[in-house]
Amino acid sequence: MTLAIQIEQARFAYPPLAPGQPAPWVIDGLDLALGQGEWLAVMGASDAGKTTLCLLLAGLAPYLTGGELQGRVTVAGRDTADHPPPALAGVVGLLFQEPEAQLFNPTVETEVAWGLENLGLPLPEIHSRLDEVLALLCLDQVRQRAPGDLSGGEKKRLALASVLAMRPSLLVLDEPMGGLDPAGQRDVLDALSGLRRDRSTTIVMTESDPEAVAAFADRMIVLDGGRIALEGTPRDLFHRPGQLAALGVAVPQMARVAVTLNEKLGAAFSFTSVDEARQALAVYLG
Amino acid sequence: MADPILEAQGLWFWYAGEQAPVLRGLDLAVPRGEFLALVGANGSGKTTLTKHFNGLLRPRRGSVRVDGQDAAGRSVGELARHVGYLFQNPEQQIFSPTVRQELAFGPQNLGLSPAEVEARVDGALARFRLSDVAGSPPAILSYGLRRRVTLASLAAMDPPLLVLDEPTVGLDAPGLAETFGWLAELHARGRTIVLVTHDMSLAAEHADRVVAMRQGQIIASAPPSELFRQRGVLSQASLVAPPVVALARALIPLGMRGDSRSVESFCEEYAALLAGRAAPRQPREPEL
Repeated sequence: MTLAIQIEQARFAYPPLAPGQPAPWVIDGLDLALGQGEWLAVMGASDAGKTTLCLLLAGLAPYLTGGELQGRVTVAGRDTADHPPPALAGVVGLLFQEPEAQLFNPTVETEVAWGLENLGLPLPEIHSRLDEVLALLCLDQVRQRAPGDLSGGEKKRLALASVLAMRPSLLVLDEPMGGLDPAGQRDVLDALSGLRRDRSTTIVMTESDPEAVAAFADRMIVLDGGRIALEGTPRDLFHRPGQLAALGVAVPQMARVAVTLNEKLGAAFSFTSVDEARQALAVYLG
Repeated sequence: MADPILEAQGLWFWYAGEQAPVLRGLDLAVPRGEFLALVGANGSGKTTLTKHFNGLLRPRRGSVRVDGQDAAGRSVGELARHVGYLFQNPEQQIFSPTVRQELAFGPQNLGLSPAEVEARVDGALARFRLSDVAGSPPAILSYGLRRRVTLASLAAMDPPLLVLDEPTVGLDAPGLAETFGWLAELHARGRTIVLVTHDMSLAAEHADRVVAMRQGQIIASAPPSELFRQRGVLSQASLVAPPVVALARALIPLGMRGDSRSVESFCEEYAALLAGRAAPRQPREPEL
C-alpha cells in the first residue's frame, strides 16, 4: 500500500539572507511515515520547524522558497523533488497559517472556483463543489462578498473551503483553529472528521491549541530543532506534562487536571475529555 | 461609573458600501484598571469595535471617549499615547528594518530621551526573549516570533490602556505564559486591558469581566464564573465554556461549587471535597 506520506532523513535549509551568511538546517534529520486516513498533529515551540514541514509536504519548499533539501519527501507515492506543486494539485492541499496569504480573488465564489477552473473541471462540477464546500464551512451567506471584507474567522474558513474544493487526498493545515470562534472550530473539526470518514482523507495539522489535538488527532509528534522529539498518541503524550513543557507544548485542561490530581492524591487518572473526567472523578468521590 | 478610561455611547458603524451595520447602538464603559475579555462569534463586531478605541475607525453615530476626552478630532497618533493596540495579524503593524528599530519606534514618538528609549527597548527585548534577533529584519522571523515582536513593541510603549486583538494565536506555550505573566503584571500596576479572544480558558482565568457580543451589540456582561453559567448567552454568542468550567459544573450534584475558573482552583476544591468526605461527619449546627 502506498503511504500518504513518507519522509526519509529530510534536512532542509532556507537560502541564506545574504551570500556567505549561515543557512541553518530548519528541518534536521526527520523521518515520518503516515498511512492513508491518519490524522497527525504536529506540535512544538515556535521555530521548531512546524510550518517548514507543511511547506515541504506541499512541495512549496524548496520549489518556491529556494534553499536546500536533502533526503526524500514523498506524498501519495510522488517524490516532491520530481513533482512541482502544480503536479501535486488534487493530491496535497495546504492551508496557510495566515489566510490572507492565499486569498486574492474579488469574491468568495470566485476564490473557491479559481483552483477548480485551473484543474479544468466542467462547469457543473465546479458549481456542485462550490455549493458543497460553502455549505460545509457555513459561508453560504457571504458568497458575493470580497474576501478582504470578511472577518478573520470567515477568511480562515474561506481559505479552507478553497483547499477542500480541490478534494486533495492529503490535507496539510498550518494552525487551522487560529482565529476561529469556538463554534467555528467545532464546525471545521467536524467537517474534517467527515472528510476522513467518507473519503479517507489524510490530515496533518500543526496546532497550538491542545484541546483540538486531544479530541481529534490519533497520532502526535512534537518537533524540536527540526526533528521529532516525541511521538505517540495525544493521550499518552499529554500525560507527560514535564516533557511537553520543556518542548514548549501546552497541555489540554483535562489532562492537566488528571496530572495535578495524580500528584495531589496519588491517584492514577488519565482523561482528556470532560465526560471522561466527570465519570472518573465521580467514581473516585464514591 | 466614576472615571471610565474608555466609553462608547450609542455606537453605530457600517463599512462603506455595505448595507448591514456592524455595530448597532452599542454602549460600553470600561473602568480604569479593569481586565476585560471581549468575546463573541466571528463577525460579531469585536475587531470593528476595538478599532474605534484608537481612532482607526470613526463612529457613524454615537461617540467614543478615551481617557476622559472625546476621541473625535484626535488623530491615531495622539490616541496612541493612551491606547496601545495589538492587531490580529502581526503583518499589519511591523514595518521597521530591524526588530530593535521596530520596538524603538513607539517610544521615540512619545518624545522620550534616547536613554529612556533604549532602556525600554532592552527591557522589552529581554522580556519577550528577542535579544538574539534584535538586529534581524522582522520579516524573516517565524509567525510566533513576529507575534512576540508586536507584543514587545506594546510593552516598550507601556500605555495606560491596552487593546489586544487575539494576541495568543500562533504563540507557543512559553510565549503564552510570558504574555499572560506580563499582562498580569500590568493589571497589578493598574493598567487597563481589553482582550479580544476566542480562548474561553484564558478569558475565564484572567478577566475581571467578560463582555459577549452578537451582531454588533452586547448581549451579556458579567464576571467569568457567572457568564459561563448562562447557557442561552453561550449559544447565542457561539461560545463554549472552557473544559474545566464545564467539568466543575457537571460535578455540582456531587458537592462542587461549580465556579472554578482554572485547573489549579478546580483541583484544590476537588481535593478539599475529597478530604471533607473522608473525615468523620461533624454534627450540623441547628439552623436558626
